[in-house]
Amino acid sequence: MTLDPSVYGDLLLSLLPEIVLTAWALVLLMVVAWRHKTVADLRVAAYLTLAALASTAVAVWWLWWHRTTVAGIAAMVAADDFRWVADWIFLGAATLTTLISVAYLEREQLLAPEYYVLLVFGTLGMMVMAAGADLMVIFLGLELMSVAVYVLAGFDRRRARSAEAALKYFLLGAFASGFLLYGIALIYGATGTTNIALIGAQISLAGTAPGAMLLVGMALLTVGFGFKIAAVPFHMWAPDVYDGAPTPVTAFMATGVKAAAFAALFRVMIQGFAQVAVWHDMVWWLAVVTMVGGNLFALAQRSVKRMLAYSSVAHAGYLLVAVTAGGSAGSGAFLVYAVAYTLMTIGAFAILAAKGRAGESDVTNDDLAGLAARRPWLAFGLAVCMLSLLGFPGTAGFIGKWYILIAATSAGQNVLAAILVLTSVVSAGYYLPVIMAMYMKPAPAPAETAHVEVVFDRWGRTALAAIVVLVLLFGVWPNRLFDLARSAGDSVRPMTTTAGQ
Amino acid sequence: MYARWVLTTLLVWPLVAGLIVLLVPARLAKYVALAASLVEFAISVPLWWTFVPANGMQFTVDAPWIAAWGVHYTVGVDGISLFLVLLTTFLMPLSILGSWTYITKREGGFYALLLVLTTGMIGVFVALDLFLFYVMWEVMLIPMYFIIGVWGGENRLYAAIKFFIYTMFGSLLMLVAILVLYLHAGRVTGVYSFGYTHLLQQVALLGPIAWWLFAAFFLAFAIKVPLFPLHTWLPDAHVEAPTAGSVILAGILLKMGTYGFLRFALPFFPGVALNQTVQLIIVALALIGIIYGGLVAMVQPDFKKLIAYSSVAHLGFVMLGIWALTLQSVQGAILIMINHGISTGALFFLVGMIYERRHSRLIEAYGGIARVVPLFAAILTIVSLSSIALPATNGFVGEFLVLLGAFRTYPVATAIATTGVIVAAAYLLTALQRVIYNPLTNHENEKLTDLTPRELLVLVPLVVCIFWIGIYPKPFLRRMEPASRQLIELIKPGTTQNEPPSAVTGGGGQQ
Repeated sequence: MTLDPSVYGDLLLSLLPEIVLTAWALVLLMVVAWRHKTVADLRVAAYLTLAALASTAVAVWWLWWHRTTVAGIAAMVAADDFRWVADWIFLGAATLTTLISVAYLEREQLLAPEYYVLLVFGTLGMMVMAAGADLMVIFLGLELMSVAVYVLAGFDRRRARSAEAALKYFLLGAFASGFLLYGIALIYGATGTTNIALIGAQISLAGTAPGAMLLVGMALLTVGFGFKIAAVPFHMWAPDVYDGAPTPVTAFMATGVKAAAFAALFRVMIQGFAQVAVWHDMVWWLAVVTMVGGNLFALAQRSVKRMLAYSSVAHAGYLLVAVTAGGSAGSGAFLVYAVAYTLMTIGAFAILAAKGRAGESDVTNDDLAGLAARRPWLAFGLAVCMLSLLGFPGTAGFIGKWYILIAATSAGQNVLAAILVLTSVVSAGYYLPVIMAMYMKPAPAPAETAHVEVVFDRWGRTALAAIVVLVLLFGVWPNRLFDLARSAGDSVRPMTTTAGQ
Repeated sequence: MYARWVLTTLLVWPLVAGLIVLLVPARLAKYVALAASLVEFAISVPLWWTFVPANGMQFTVDAPWIAAWGVHYTVGVDGISLFLVLLTTFLMPLSILGSWTYITKREGGFYALLLVLTTGMIGVFVALDLFLFYVMWEVMLIPMYFIIGVWGGENRLYAAIKFFIYTMFGSLLMLVAILVLYLHAGRVTGVYSFGYTHLLQQVALLGPIAWWLFAAFFLAFAIKVPLFPLHTWLPDAHVEAPTAGSVILAGILLKMGTYGFLRFALPFFPGVALNQTVQLIIVALALIGIIYGGLVAMVQPDFKKLIAYSSVAHLGFVMLGIWALTLQSVQGAILIMINHGISTGALFFLVGMIYERRHSRLIEAYGGIARVVPLFAAILTIVSLSSIALPATNGFVGEFLVLLGAFRTYPVATAIATTGVIVAAAYLLTALQRVIYNPLTNHENEKLTDLTPRELLVLVPLVVCIFWIGIYPKPFLRRMEPASRQLIELIKPGTTQNEPPSAVTGGGGQQ
């Protein structure tokens, strides 16, 4: 089904998932305006959120099923498989986050159902980012997402660390937005358009080396995205913010926000700037520094939550390898890895959220000692997530990493591939101690009462079980996922191949 | 029919059995595990008869797995892997029986992990698809990591993580090398596949990058063997692991490294492997392993550590035999791989048994126990002598073939290696003397009990194999000859034509 964006109805149809989610968000807002006092109200909001996310996923599926495309290249929104798959990742991340939030909010006495409204708005922003075929739309989505997440980071406002996290994230995020906007302005100045496909066409039609204005614009754009994906050296905010924010929010930030920024980065770099060779070098170095830095910093952490924060920096580095590789293989690798990464990261944070107290910032490896003896299933779940984060065969993390490596080596980036695997070895140094603590160290005395406080409700268990099953399933049988990722990867093509002729 | 399902069953059954072991009550776990491993062994035994030496790869199964990357589930065995598969299924029931009273906590988990480990090990030996090979190669790390880390000795956490990181470091670089090979073959032929034969046909045109790829494979396998400077994980892992862990580590896991050289590193990169400098380096490392391993073993106060270092020396012989690339030396190398699994496995069992009684592995804690535990002393003597390579034991046949075959390729190196046999006698006989002869000075040793029937059940099959291979190795050599010959022809065409008469058929040079 081909939609004509100049027709009003078609334009609405191409934004169907976003419209559905917006409608739900407004409904949710109305509901929580009246019901925002008790635990039961929280539950209602959680149910509504799940319904909202599910119905949006169906809307995405409907567009995907009809192979919806948008006619012409000058549209503001793209309609391709890349967008649909990215949307599913965001919706999945939001759903899992909702599931692990229920028990958390009740335990921490955060009885404010607005939490879910913000979660939905954040997700909406991500979807807009993935849909944007125009820098302005991407910026709009980015802001919508960021503002919601700024508030979420400070949601536990009674704790100073949470407030600090929110402020830090807001200040640095505002800077990043400034960089991004200035970059967009310069690119507009150089090419006369903010449409990504037209930028690509302009650059290839000009045929000459890109001017300074374009290059500075691109650099600023990269810095802006670098902040959002927490790439070294723009990662400074990440550990503190991840540490201070309520753990389910951290999970959401580490997965959804990062995936959204990457999705936009892919579209911009591969569709818009395919002809500009410089960004390859730029992203190459960014990837190397991020992988090395993220892994080394993570090695030095004592708190599990900070370790996971730095590990998410390291994973941003792996994803940057996929960006460097570029092409449809790179985009496909990104989507597969994003799926795996989302699952395993939320799984790890879910258990941390269940284990911790008052922000979990001081849960160390030793606090997990003997967990396997007391809570075997929980320990098994965390062990699977850790092995998957490590990229161990039989898990989705391995398949994702392998895909990125294939994309990198087929793009001739053998050195980058070697650096990726070597830094992965380093990551064994901080993922394995978690497993070691759970399985190989005795529980602190008295053993009878160890880990009794770890409460995992029905929702959390459902989320964790789904995560473990999917991580193992994709690790052994990733064929369906690949088919999806491949057609999605193919849909992000540099427009120059058609427009340049 | 058997040929079609046997390998897949060997891979799947231990996983299923491992799950059952986890589900039954803990006190039944070992019985179920033993039964399961005996079934596994029973399934594998007919391989021995139905295997036709001249037919190359057999029992092959090929099914698509991940279509997008051309990954197939391809398995098969030839005259090299056949023995390693049988060695694995043979050692597993013994390991379970040997852990009967040693493992007292979390039994279900332990036996389940042993069974999962079986799948991983057999998978490595039968995989004919490099993706599958890599997956299996890594998968067996996890059970071993847990076995060392949960049920190991005092320093187990350090040993476990060292073992894991060393192995992973090597194998991840191999992963990149596999990918580069895969893309190269894909570009040349247009067919993207991880299939072993597919890749093998395309490696000739690799160019200078073959050096890097060889280096990556070399590192992965050399860590596993282990070759001299990369061996430091081994003493730690062996000493800290529980008995069954040590037996499997020494008996099977180390062979994955040498098997990797035989199956992948040499056939894929003959040009690099046969380069003068590379040969010099590898043979030198093998020699250092033989001599250095022996000398270090000589000064170990801990019997288990002594055996661990003796493994470094034995595997040095294997590497020498493989790199000499004559029919005799390659056959000898494969035979040492089997022998080492049997003899060193038995030694680790024996140390474990005496440790259970006295809770000490120090050689000086014993002395003169031959009168107290005559059966134990007798078996320890036999096994030690086989490890020294006394004629009429299995060790002799293997090392003799390696030295004989390697002499034609590297006379000087072989001469040096021969002294390694003397060193082996020096450390093992001294240890033997200090443990079972000498005056009985420590009164605690007077109350030692001799081997129980269960322990005899573990050791007797191993002793039988020691004499079987030592006296009548022909069935083994006959089965491995065509595969060895084919391998050498693949790497160095035309060399087996003017070989001296084969040890078995007497008709060298006849294909």
